[in-house]
Amino acid sequence: MTKRASDASDVSVSPPRRRSKYTLAPLVLISGNVVLFALFFVWPAVIGLVYSFTNYTGVGAFQFVGLDNYQKLLGDSTFYAATTRTLLYTVLFVPLNFALSLLIANVLVSKNAKGASVARIFFFIPWLLSPIIVGVLWRWLFGENFGLVNYFIEKVGGSAVPWQSNADLSLLVVVVAAAWAWTGFSMLLFIAAIKNVPTSYYEAAALDGAGPWRQFFSITLPSIAPTSFIVILLNTIHAMKEYAVFASLNNGGPGTSNNLLVQYIYQTGFKSGQIGYASAASFVLMLILMVVAIIQMMVNRRVENR
Amino acid sequence: MTTTDMPRKVDAGPGRPVRKKRSSSSATGGLRRAVAPTTLLWVLAALYGVPVLWFVLSSLKPAGDLFSLPLTVFPEDPTVSGYKEAWASANFSEYFINTTIVCVIATILTVGVSCCTGYALAKYDNKWLKAFFLCILATTMLPAEVMLAPLFLVVRDLGFYNSLSGIILPALLTATGCFMFRQFFLTVPDELIEAARIDGAKELSIFLRIMVPLSRPIMLTLAILSFQWRWNDYIWPLLMLNDPEKFTVQIGIQSLVGAQNINWSVLLGGSVISMVPLIVVFLVFQKYVMNADINAGLKD
Repeated sequence: MTKRASDASDVSVSPPRRRSKYTLAPLVLISGNVVLFALFFVWPAVIGLVYSFTNYTGVGAFQFVGLDNYQKLLGDSTFYAATTRTLLYTVLFVPLNFALSLLIANVLVSKNAKGASVARIFFFIPWLLSPIIVGVLWRWLFGENFGLVNYFIEKVGGSAVPWQSNADLSLLVVVVAAAWAWTGFSMLLFIAAIKNVPTSYYEAAALDGAGPWRQFFSITLPSIAPTSFIVILLNTIHAMKEYAVFASLNNGGPGTSNNLLVQYIYQTGFKSGQIGYASAASFVLMLILMVVAIIQMMVNRRVENR
Repeated sequence: MTTTDMPRKVDAGPGRPVRKKRSSSSATGGLRRAVAPTTLLWVLAALYGVPVLWFVLSSLKPAGDLFSLPLTVFPEDPTVSGYKEAWASANFSEYFINTTIVCVIATILTVGVSCCTGYALAKYDNKWLKAFFLCILATTMLPAEVMLAPLFLVVRDLGFYNSLSGIILPALLTATGCFMFRQFFLTVPDELIEAARIDGAKELSIFLRIMVPLSRPIMLTLAILSFQWRWNDYIWPLLMLNDPEKFTVQIGIQSLVGAQNINWSVLLGGSVISMVPLIVVFLVFQKYVMNADINAGLKD
């Protein structure tokens, strides 16, 4: 009898022998990650949960205050503002990024588009740039008095747009900047998925007289549904914890109107030393992320089972 | 779904001889079919390329010309004074050394740890290994940003506050890395291990002598990704580092942005300098990144 890991029947016939035979080697191999997991995941997660019920400030003694932190959060208008702003940012960023990267992936794999391998680099470079540089770059483009964009708007007869001093426009600039920067990554996932769709589907559809749009909506889109969900999930999680682009593009401004959740956690936890309170805010963010993940997994399963 | 195995046939570079091969009869038809998608492709490419180009060109202008109207696209007399000033004034060389240390050490360790774990997860089946696999999955749900405060306290209590190790160590645990290696080792036939076992090889030497060399492409891919993650890190180094001498490049640039009056000349120069290493790494290893089956790692 061979010992193939993939052979399910073998596993069920003689599991005790296999398990006893190789214990040390896998244990040694995963030991590094087990230590890291315990130190930098389990430990902080546990003390974070504990601290969220205390008034800990980072140093000295602390008292358990029950659900006080969570109650205070519910009544904190700054927290509400940060949460709604984060959700609004996510709701704008995810579809824009999805549409852009899917469009570009489709154009890139199209046999008729010339120069795709060179053009791909143009879409990819923004993803390499750090969020800080992305912020600086778009701040340079969208400066109110000096930016290239306002220069052109004035050139064609418009008046300067307050990209920095209007809270909504300022959020919009970050959304566009982030979508621009993240296209490369989602695009790679889409390209791989689109290439996996059997060409015979398209040939059959073409014989039946389906045009490019019909082919896209009836073949490509359903075939890449699993990848689409991965892209939406990753982008949502990414957007929910965005901070660096805001930090360098407008620093959550004008004023504090575009402070997002991570910035809120950072400020309450580290600027004003309310570790307990910040931990409670962290757990609210975690709950939101988990709800998002669970909803998307459920939808994903339903689509795949169809 | 293994996308790595698919032949890549769509790489229609501009120099591809296809156009020449087409005889005159089909050339016009092919050309007409190519016009719309090619135009769309390059309009989009321009939208993505122009901001970077404008940024880099601006960084070559002398400080006095940055805001002079009418705006000119190309610098009239290009200068690297912004770069020089950034490099000298803002301790940039120090930031660069710090960031390089973090990136190199973190990348080597990340690849090592992920390779070991990925191999164990793919080639052994014990109940506790499956349990640990679920644990790794859980880390994707709770990213470091969510646990900022408690993670900070843990790393501080371990004595790593204000040190580069405090940035490196928490970053080594990456689900993506483990998944990439696991996915790769699943495709390596078990017969190879069996044969080595029959020849009397020890488990760990099978891993080190046969499996590690086999996984070189994945190592390189993860190394590039890891280098990029660490190079671009912002919020965690910001929390960990107190001492300006230990700052990383991203914090250095952000501190220039936060200044009361932004010195755009220095900021642009410093920003472009900070972009260079990643762009170079990317251009050198382009084919690994582009062929990277990120799907495989993330789908599991």
